[in-house]
Amino acid sequence: MESEALLVAGLEVVYGRSVRALRGVSLDVPANGVVAVLGANGAGKSTLLRAVSGTLSLHRGAVTTGTIHYGGTRLTGRDPALIVRAGVVQVPEGRRVFANLSVDENLQAGALGTRGLGQGKRAAAKTRTNRDRVFELFPVLAERRAQRAGLLSGGEQQMLAIGRALMAAPRLLLLDEPSLGLAPMMVGRIAGVIREIAAQGVAVLLVEQNVTVALDLADKAYVLDVGEVRLAGSSADLARTDEVRRLYLGEEEATGAGAAAVPTPPAPRKPLRRWVE
Amino acid sequence: MTKFAEIILNGLALGSVYALIALGFVVVFKASGVINFAHASLLLLGGFTVAKLHDDLGFALALLAAVLVTAAVAGLVEVLFIRGLGRTEVHTLTILTIGVDILLTTELTRRIGSDVLSLGDPWKAGVRDWGGVHIADARIACIVVAVLLIGAFFAAFRFTAWGLSMRAAAEDREAAALMGIRLGRIQFTAWCVAGALAAVAAVFLAAFPSAGLDRSTGQIALAAFPAAILGGMDSAAGALLGSLVVGLTAALMAGYQSDMSWLGANLGDVAPYVVMLLVLIWRPTGLLGSKERARV
Repeated sequence: MESEALLVAGLEVVYGRSVRALRGVSLDVPANGVVAVLGANGAGKSTLLRAVSGTLSLHRGAVTTGTIHYGGTRLTGRDPALIVRAGVVQVPEGRRVFANLSVDENLQAGALGTRGLGQGKRAAAKTRTNRDRVFELFPVLAERRAQRAGLLSGGEQQMLAIGRALMAAPRLLLLDEPSLGLAPMMVGRIAGVIREIAAQGVAVLLVEQNVTVALDLADKAYVLDVGEVRLAGSSADLARTDEVRRLYLGEEEATGAGAAAVPTPPAPRKPLRRWVE
Repeated sequence: MTKFAEIILNGLALGSVYALIALGFVVVFKASGVINFAHASLLLLGGFTVAKLHDDLGFALALLAAVLVTAAVAGLVEVLFIRGLGRTEVHTLTILTIGVDILLTTELTRRIGSDVLSLGDPWKAGVRDWGGVHIADARIACIVVAVLLIGAFFAAFRFTAWGLSMRAAAEDREAAALMGIRLGRIQFTAWCVAGALAAVAAVFLAAFPSAGLDRSTGQIALAAFPAAILGGMDSAAGALLGSLVVGLTAALMAGYQSDMSWLGANLGDVAPYVVMLLVLIWRPTGLLGSKERARV
């Protein structure tokens, strides 16, 4: 596989000695576009991202079987620093900005992984270019660059968390619940930003509970249920399936009868429309 | 008045030694979440190395060697016990450092015996007289060196990539790991820096007016512990402030002890702990320490 695609094959993850969080999960994220992973709480969505970003060990978890490859490089069991250098960067769930550091320092911290400790002039110039691009994407961060990150609003912190990850110039961005705890209007703005990042040629693996937003953004989606891939397919197809509509889009069973076979217009998503706008 | 000025200068000198030690506590705590009780024995090791080598190498080179040896041993402790044990509770690791301290101190005590070792420092017993205010050369040197080292430390902490990695990792290990910051490397360098600072502190603890290095020198380092705690265990600036408070209190208590004889002798030794308790009652997280925050 010479192109930069993420391939996860037969992944099994265990926490501690006994809690199996994922079993036989396989998925792939192409070099371009947005792929969404849906599922309820505890379905294993975050575990999947931790496995890819190499941070399972911080949660006493480990990959028992299966492999993760990115663009031909094996990521399974590697150090998170190496995975960042390979071009795969995760935005953590709940934003997790460095609250006591300034906005500027947060962004610089995002560049540390790809830059190393001994930095030359060229690396510094690259960091500046990346920062300018982040400021272009999020002008509000430029306004607040000297402010402590802890004083930003929730939405601004989410922007900073995404901007910080972009400082490493990733080829694949992992997003863990970017809409969590944000006001509906901010959810719409973040969705717009994700679309723009994808348009710039960065692949995005998006984990979301907000199914409406996720299916809207993604080309392709997987549904995780208790650690296993239950459904997979193009977002448009998934949005039409009974199961997704009943479980995640809050629709009555009656309205979705036989919908999987007959292509229906996107109208039935009405009840949740307000989350997107 | 001259007595007061002398006491303040002595307090500052004492405070700056404590600051070198307390910074070591804080750096290690920030990087690895462990309170390093082996710090006192590392300090003793630094002093012992200078004592053994200064005849052959001269003081400056001996000090350099001691800084390197102590930093290396501190780094080794980190590799073997802190990282080597992997995902062990930090409390367990903290207790483990007590074990390391006992081992290292016992070995050094065996070698030192009941001797009082000279470190061969260039200040000897020189005393300066500034308009009636007497102060030992070693104490002036102590203040100058501490200011330079601590200044360099804070500059590195604030402006270098290492300092930024350190601060980021201290705030959120997982988020730092996700940024590709190598936590292991940060932790290792933190231990080394702490060890190096302890070696320098040892020199000044053993210099005039102390008689020299003996097996109990390490224990004096424990007075820096309340300094780190009352400053707020996770704040470098707090450690500095706490050290000055502790140093000045100890010097004032010792200086005016004769006026407070009803409190008994050796009040200067107890004072740091009394101050620590009072500060903690007032501010449980220390003067500049950050509150434990948990967000859901």
